[in-house]
Amino acid sequence: MIAAFFERLNETQGVNFSIFYDAFDRGRFLTGLWTTIYLCAASILASLALGLIGLWFSESRSKLPRLAMRAYVQFFRNTPPLVQLSFLYFAVGGLLPAIPDGAGGRMPLIGGAGWAIIAFSLFAGAFNVEIFRAGVEAVPPTMIEAAESLGYGRFQLYREIVLPLAFRVSLPALGNNLVNLVKTTTLAYAIAVPELLYAASQIWSESFNVREMMNVLLVTYVALVAGLVWCLGRWEKAMRIPGYSS
Amino acid sequence: MASVHRLGEPVVVVDGVEKSFGATPVLRHVSMAVRRGETVCIIGPSGSGKSTLLRCVNALTPIDKGSIVVAGREVHDPALDKLALRRDVGIVFQQYNLFPHRTALQNVMMAPLHVLKQDKAEVEARARRLLDKVGLSAKLAAYPGELSGGQQQRVAIARSLAMGPKVMLFDEVTAALDPETKKEVLVTIRDLAAEGMTCILVTHEMGFAREVADHVYFTDGGVIVEDGAPAELFAAPREPRTKAFLEQVL
Amino acid sequence: MKGAATDLPVLRPFRAPPVAATGWSPVALASAGAGATLAILFAGSLAFAQAAGGAREPAYVAVMRWTPLIVQGFLFNLSISVLSMALGTAVGAMFGLGQLSQGAATRRLSWAATQFFRNAPWLVLLFYAMFLLPFEMRVAGVTISFPAWAKAVVGLALPVAANVSEIVRGGVRSIPLAQWESAESLAFTRRQTLWMIILPQAVKRMTPPWMNLYAILTMATTLISVVGIQDGLTITRAALVAESRPELMMPMYLLLLLLFFAYCYPIARATLALERRFHVKG
Repeated sequence: MIAAFFERLNETQGVNFSIFYDAFDRGRFLTGLWTTIYLCAASILASLALGLIGLWFSESRSKLPRLAMRAYVQFFRNTPPLVQLSFLYFAVGGLLPAIPDGAGGRMPLIGGAGWAIIAFSLFAGAFNVEIFRAGVEAVPPTMIEAAESLGYGRFQLYREIVLPLAFRVSLPALGNNLVNLVKTTTLAYAIAVPELLYAASQIWSESFNVREMMNVLLVTYVALVAGLVWCLGRWEKAMRIPGYSS
Repeated sequence: MASVHRLGEPVVVVDGVEKSFGATPVLRHVSMAVRRGETVCIIGPSGSGKSTLLRCVNALTPIDKGSIVVAGREVHDPALDKLALRRDVGIVFQQYNLFPHRTALQNVMMAPLHVLKQDKAEVEARARRLLDKVGLSAKLAAYPGELSGGQQQRVAIARSLAMGPKVMLFDEVTAALDPETKKEVLVTIRDLAAEGMTCILVTHEMGFAREVADHVYFTDGGVIVEDGAPAELFAAPREPRTKAFLEQVL
Repeated sequence: MKGAATDLPVLRPFRAPPVAATGWSPVALASAGAGATLAILFAGSLAFAQAAGGAREPAYVAVMRWTPLIVQGFLFNLSISVLSMALGTAVGAMFGLGQLSQGAATRRLSWAATQFFRNAPWLVLLFYAMFLLPFEMRVAGVTISFPAWAKAVVGLALPVAANVSEIVRGGVRSIPLAQWESAESLAFTRRQTLWMIILPQAVKRMTPPWMNLYAILTMATTLISVVGIQDGLTITRAALVAESRPELMMPMYLLLLLLFFAYCYPIARATLALERRFHVKG
């Protein structure tokens, strides 16, 4: 029924939402959507892990891990993500060995999607490190002293007291960063990863419905971001502490 | 009137302690001895090193020179077993004592469970008893954000007591409270002192010092200028600096 | 019994640690370290390329040959960023003030536009502008041609405008209510209050996030390479294809990264310094 409506729309008005009535286009679109969601999920998780690892290093007692972490953060924050992606995919990827692809040919060890996830995770991870550090610094020193005076060792202190509190403080900025990450996944288009933008461009180059596909794309991304924001809102609510004011 | 029971052997001995932060000397050759069961108040102007001294006693701040011995342990020793020391010494700070993401009961239970690894049922029973003792048995499930400042401080006292310390340190614990809530905390400390706990208080509450302390120390500029029984110190201070300070605050 | 105010300070705003008056702070050191690492990597990859090059011309000569062109491309990126920022700031300020307007319709429209363009990916908006803007316009009988780079400027200005709108709204709302109230009691109209009292104060607070946005925009200008406009990245790629020496990929990309780093990092430091000076909360 929906298909019929859109077909008629195309014939009478010339407004072509081919993905609603054409199975092949729809298939491509959904595959692209799924790839985008996969890229987002993988990058979000990896960047969170990187953020935590980076936090551990930057709170280290010795100077080298701290400086190394700062250098990593400054590098990824002050250079264009597209150039970072290109650098990793072409230059670094070019150095890695090629493996047989099971059909007699050779393929790179890490494909486009893999490098995209690596690049986006490193990029967002750098911001996460700063966000987590700000969260940790917002924990009052007296609270840490109180915990130390009760005999807490450094690791336990972090796990039981500092991290739970720091995480709550970081949540708004972290949410912002993750939303940015979702938007950044469109860069994978540049290295021909078949994500949503790529799928849409394929559709409009064949069906000549640029305007319609653009609008669909915009609405889809806004919906994706809205979904993420909703999830984060739920999470924030679940972590709420009574008596806290923000 | 100060504590009625007998005072025992010295449990905290501070001898010739010096501490500087960078180029600024904060403690210049401080010596004092606190006996078991004694209640000691340290008074003095801001910046005179009082809080730093407390922090040195439980090894939160290392000292540059001198020695501190608490219950037979040398605090200044770099090889000190900090956990053992912190079982013996409890400290309550001026602010931000409690962990806001845990209830009052959980706050009191946390350290014995995680740090001392004691049995949960036993720890819970002890926590309930202590919270009842400080008058907060109705607030076991409340989060710190739902408690008043005075209630929070009382929970903090119960939390330190849960570790079974020999000495309790109080760092200006009523300074951030309004007058009504100050009283409930001071009453709690007074009762604690009356039961025989060794207490060292850094405080501005002169009335409390006069009534409850066995011994009062006045510090200024990083040294102990004068010390004595509260009756003598407040009524007839010997040093001019003590006089000037007391005139200001009383 | 009433509860006294508990100000659990765990949500204290992050205060950047004060920079040492003399000498280098750890951040400066490490960041200079990042730049130094980049430079070392660049030199190292160049040396490696040299060794791997064999009989052909030395690697550094090849890179040197392309450097002026790459720098030109980079400067083109910068010009796009300046133009886009100007356009985006102007439009965004309008939307920002629109979000604060008295009229509900203006307010909702501005809010909707802001949210929409904030949540859309920059690359998609760029495509949008590239494809859907005409290549020439007739205005009052005059034909203005709309070259690709101009469309890119508009395309990048869209997300900038949305972010500026939020910055303006946040900046104005961070001015205490007392300012509005004192102005009102002195019989200022709302418009006068906004322009003569609130905005001058708010501009200071808006500057650090605005500078931060500019840095993000500068880095986003590389996106125009994806829609077929010649910029620093396109030229770098073209150079590599022309040379077709895989060992040159590292040094060339690192060169481009170094150029951007050299431009954006000082901006980031200046932003941080301004933030500290104005004690911008949160």
